[in-house]
Amino acid sequence: MIRDTQLPDTTFDRRGTQVPVLGTLYQWIRRYPVLPVIVAVGLAIMAIFAPWVAPNHPLESELDKLAAPPVWIEGGSWDYVLGADKIGRDLLSRIIHGSRISLSVAFIVIICGSVIGSGIGIASGMAGGIWDEIAMRIVDLVYATPFLLIALVAAVVFGASLELVLILLTIFSWPIFARQTRGLTLQLKNMDYVASSRVASASEIRIAFRHILPGVVNTIVVIATLQIGSLILTESVLSYLGVGIPAPQPAWGSMVADGREFITTAWWVPVMPGAAIFLTVFAFNFIGDWLRDYLDPRLRQIN
Amino acid sequence: MIAVMIGISMIVFGLSRLTGDPRLLYMTQGTRWSQEVWDARGRELGLDKPMVVQYLVWAGNAVRGDFGQSLWHKRNSLKIIIEKVPATIQLSGISYLMAVVLGIALGTISAVTRGTLIDIAVRSFALIGQAAPPFWLALIMIYVFAVYLDWLPTSRRGDWTNFVLPATTLAWLGSAALTRLTRSSLLEVLDSEYIKLARAKGVAGSTVIIKHALKNALIPPLTVAAVLFASFLTGTVVVETVFAWPGLGRLAVDATKNNDFPLVTGITVIFAAMFLFSSLMADLLYAYIDPRIRIYDS
Repeated sequence: MIRDTQLPDTTFDRRGTQVPVLGTLYQWIRRYPVLPVIVAVGLAIMAIFAPWVAPNHPLESELDKLAAPPVWIEGGSWDYVLGADKIGRDLLSRIIHGSRISLSVAFIVIICGSVIGSGIGIASGMAGGIWDEIAMRIVDLVYATPFLLIALVAAVVFGASLELVLILLTIFSWPIFARQTRGLTLQLKNMDYVASSRVASASEIRIAFRHILPGVVNTIVVIATLQIGSLILTESVLSYLGVGIPAPQPAWGSMVADGREFITTAWWVPVMPGAAIFLTVFAFNFIGDWLRDYLDPRLRQIN
Repeated sequence: MIAVMIGISMIVFGLSRLTGDPRLLYMTQGTRWSQEVWDARGRELGLDKPMVVQYLVWAGNAVRGDFGQSLWHKRNSLKIIIEKVPATIQLSGISYLMAVVLGIALGTISAVTRGTLIDIAVRSFALIGQAAPPFWLALIMIYVFAVYLDWLPTSRRGDWTNFVLPATTLAWLGSAALTRLTRSSLLEVLDSEYIKLARAKGVAGSTVIIKHALKNALIPPLTVAAVLFASFLTGTVVVETVFAWPGLGRLAVDATKNNDFPLVTGITVIFAAMFLFSSLMADLLYAYIDPRIRIYDS
């Protein structure tokens, strides 16, 4: 076609395989989510080794550092690289410790949610009938419930706590797994190989684990990765509204909330922890998108 | 739909009974009740009766719009809620329209200019909108446009200038998913045979896009857009809090801080009803947008 007569951005090597003109490294970065993976792994290391990585203590304040600016702004120093918050605590150290909370909440919830959700999804897909109907109506109910408002009611009733955040997020994260795995199970259970397995007198549990689960595991992994970002966002919203992780634990959302009145005078106090949330979610969304296109492109409609 | 509403009301009611004595939730902090008042409140809530009766009493009151007196405002909760509804509907309505128009327009532009700098810019805009925490984006908007440039007011309700920042923030967040969906859907359609035929016939480029491609490409984004309004209602909770917008969302957050149980439950039930109503509208709209649904159903 005429449109294709531009300069090629790939050429061929001696064996006839395509190699990029611009260099393999660039091409590699374009093809695989290299940077997001570096960010995510860096975050994980930061979270696991927080007390050793953080330059200062996250809860100790220094009075002469009240709202100290980051190092690249006049008046900043290398002691407090990203500046300090309103009572003189090191922002970088607090962000590093905050990554523990955000990441562990997201991972705990995603593991619980995916196990519960896909368990229910596979079971109801295989059982069919009234159990399937009941499970799917519960899924509908959770989908139709305004999460944030229920979280507010629960916070009034029980008081904000880490356990409450974990329970609430799990309750609202399993339905997407249940719905998707159920749909796939319905397709898979009519396959010939499942029928032959049944003829060979395999138990239902064996069929579920040996024949259905391997078929849905890609979908579970993709949804889980895509959900991590939105879970971190939701946790930060809860913390921002004061119904998430209670003070003085350094959660990213509550750090932004603490510093919001400084937006006019010391913008870094609220902006830095928010930037940490943004970068984290960005990295995980990117990895999730890539994984979806790679493992399970049918899921493109989700998110 | 009514079943879902009953389900939600049961969740709210169940939460109130899960912790100790529900009378404590209806008690203003720091006050003391005499034994007679304590007993009278117990009878009023039906605590001496079985759980089913208690639920029916509570639900009966809720249906009549009686969620109990707000502990903080010392007034009927429903009246306080109704005063705040217009501000929320206004904000979410305007930003919703902005988000749908913006999302579809940007998605189309980015699909048509695929691979160029414009496409990269639009995609970055959408990726930022999907990953940015709403409260943080709102604060940055305030910093840039209200503090640094000093163009717009930071908060509260007033003339149209007060709308710009909160509505843009919400619209940015809401349009992100829509932009990406429109882009991928249009790219898929542009790759199909009938588009190639139209191009081969010599139909002008813009006509192909507008008349031939968009008609099919818009089905997925429009169905998502229909469901999106429900998430805008909850999205306002955060944005209203940051911009001190006097709507339902901010009322809910304030009521939570004051441990105002009757008011929070009232807002939740009202929100759930609005939520359900908008998803019902979405279903109806869905059948209108994609006639194939109607055939499958019948």
